[in-house]
Amino acid sequence: MVLKIFFPQCCNTADSGLLVGRWIPGHNSAVVLAVVHYPFIPGQVKKYLSEIQSQTQVDLAVLGSWSMPKEGQEGLDSFLKDLSTIFPQKCWLQLSREIGKRGFTCRVVQNNGTLLQDKEQKSDVDGSEEDKIILVHYDQRKVMLSQLHPVQEADQKSEIEPSELRLVFQTVAQSQPLFFLDKYDDGPLKLTHWQSEGREASIIAELLKQASVPVCICLTWLLSLWLWFCSFRILNIPPVKFITSKLSTCVQSGYRAVHFKTVFSPKKADTHMDFMRKANIFVSFLVDIALGLLLISWLYRENRISKLANTLVPVADHVAKELQQLLEWLMGAPAGLKMNKALDQVLGRFFLYHIHLWISYIHLMSPFIERILWYVGLSACLGLTFALSILSDIVALLTFHIYCFYVYGARLYCLKIYGLSSLWRLFRGKKWNVLRQRVDSCSYDLDQLFIGTLLFTILLFLLPTTALYYLVFTLLRLVVVLFQGVIHLSVDFINSFPLFAIGLRICRPYRLAEGVKFKVLCEESGSPLHLMMEINPLKCSSVLQRYRTPTYSCYPKDSWAALCKKLFVGELIYPWKQKTDKTD
Amino acid sequence: MADEEFTDINGNWISLDCQTHSSFCREFTVTSPKLSLRKVMVYTCCVWLFAYAVFFFTQNTAVLSSAIILTLVGMVIHIHFVKVDHETLLIIGSLGVQLSSSYASGRESTTFIEMSKLKDIVINEAVYMHNIIYYLCILIKDPADPETVTSVVPLFQSSKPRLNCLIQVYKSCQEILAQSR
Repeated sequence: MVLKIFFPQCCNTADSGLLVGRWIPGHNSAVVLAVVHYPFIPGQVKKYLSEIQSQTQVDLAVLGSWSMPKEGQEGLDSFLKDLSTIFPQKCWLQLSREIGKRGFTCRVVQNNGTLLQDKEQKSDVDGSEEDKIILVHYDQRKVMLSQLHPVQEADQKSEIEPSELRLVFQTVAQSQPLFFLDKYDDGPLKLTHWQSEGREASIIAELLKQASVPVCICLTWLLSLWLWFCSFRILNIPPVKFITSKLSTCVQSGYRAVHFKTVFSPKKADTHMDFMRKANIFVSFLVDIALGLLLISWLYRENRISKLANTLVPVADHVAKELQQLLEWLMGAPAGLKMNKALDQVLGRFFLYHIHLWISYIHLMSPFIERILWYVGLSACLGLTFALSILSDIVALLTFHIYCFYVYGARLYCLKIYGLSSLWRLFRGKKWNVLRQRVDSCSYDLDQLFIGTLLFTILLFLLPTTALYYLVFTLLRLVVVLFQGVIHLSVDFINSFPLFAIGLRICRPYRLAEGVKFKVLCEESGSPLHLMMEINPLKCSSVLQRYRTPTYSCYPKDSWAALCKKLFVGELIYPWKQKTDKTD
Repeated sequence: MADEEFTDINGNWISLDCQTHSSFCREFTVTSPKLSLRKVMVYTCCVWLFAYAVFFFTQNTAVLSSAIILTLVGMVIHIHFVKVDHETLLIIGSLGVQLSSSYASGRESTTFIEMSKLKDIVINEAVYMHNIIYYLCILIKDPADPETVTSVVPLFQSSKPRLNCLIQVYKSCQEILAQSR
């Protein structure tokens, strides 16, 4: 078997001493975590290790000895070799460096005292029969901080036993208390590991951690106040509830409340995924606020609000005028088509009356529009998503006439289509059986057939007129829906984009690891194979896929074919999702 | 250490470099031919001549500048994402197999497959366009049921060496695999 020794890079130049680490159970490999320097008392080493072991639940052990050649310490080598009797183990590693060589030699002594391998003498003599050693160098800091994907949390026990590399990563990550001792501590032991030059920490981060707890408690209290306000009876009676569920601002605020509930919960995030979710939501919230403030600073300068208001009313007027012209065109002979004159006139007048109502409504509103816009613009300080949702709502309200036309046209068209389809069945001597949900044959009377045929003819000849109105207003509606859909998509994008994870991927690529990669280091005759283990960072696409915040996406999930079918049959289409309880 | 010349399935010369780091660690590097200057010139000339023809009729200079940008962007995308310079297979007994391909721009993409996941390395046949080719592939076993194969990872995907080259790599891989079992 090949013996694998995972050796931290930071211990390459450590003083002579003992190797502290763990034998990976089930695999023929050992992870070296730290080096205990020479002046030590074996009893204290054992005591310290058992303390750490009770803290971390990692079965740490003294793996062997480490000797670094130094002047005045010639006798140390033999002393270190004899230590194996004090720390009984099944194998005793003897790593030693020599002056002028980059690699180091390694010997393994079995418990019964036989020298399993002596590379220096035997490497040329015998070939593959001997046991072999691979020294894998790893960067302790990166391995400790990185998270191997797919994420497997410690508490969830899976039937598949973790692979060797995962065990190595877990061992290094779990033995964090071992790395708290640095060279400035006055202890009986001196260790070398990645933090032995001094603990790595940031004062700002620690202060923020301390401050975050009271802030979180306070914000949770505010949030509960808001939720209590939302649970008022008056907000849950049917018409109010229906309207709030359709206004995207209300949907967005509800969504934000759920976000805040996760972020500001005073409980510490236990698992990696929880932590990443919290961080992602928090960072995207901050970015959202920053963008909103940028928008405000742009909007409230140089009197832009009043300019906007002054252009908005003429635009609405202009749209209404254009619609009027369109209707007049439809009431004549549009594109040379000959319509049913009477129906055409009726429909056209009906819609014209609507536009008239609309224009008077706009004119009634026009003095207040600037004031309304001014107050509505302030909502952008809650975030860009709020500003966008309000924009979407304003567009929906300003194009309410288009929506009305669309609904009338669609209903009329739908009625005709259904009438025609059932009469077509009558034509063929069949009928729809509601109980069995199928088409049955049926014998009709002569009168029924006569009336049916007559109605069929009338409906068929009136169909082009209604179809034309339906087509034109559907196209108008589709433009509005498209615009609202784009806004919804961008809001959704801001809400769900995992900014924190992407930032980690760019600035600290080792934090999210997909796996590892090995590089062959120098090979010298007489020293075992040296490999360098590096962290293979997760691909950006899989970062996006894994850490995307799930949203209740507001845009319809219909396929294009389903949408076309709906349009053809005359069912209503909405920019929001109709089935809200689709999750179960 | 040996550097041998082989041909890929299209008849282009590729070189196989075997490095034996130790008795249980070998590295195979298949190097594809470099990006030929002639091909680059031909493509660039085609795009530019076409752009000049369009410019001749429309008298719009934006066409020319967009053609230049198009060729530059196309070249960058080609050397960064498409053109593979060499592919490396590093097999380490009892630790695992590492496949890496380095692109012409220097970008490297690496995957490491642990020995516990690896079932075997085999030579497989595949229908490719209108002919049948051989390729080396790694069989990945199902962690729950070690007898079944869940997925197949093809090796030397972009250089596609011929069978004689594959056999050489296969034999030395099997030597190492047999040792570690």
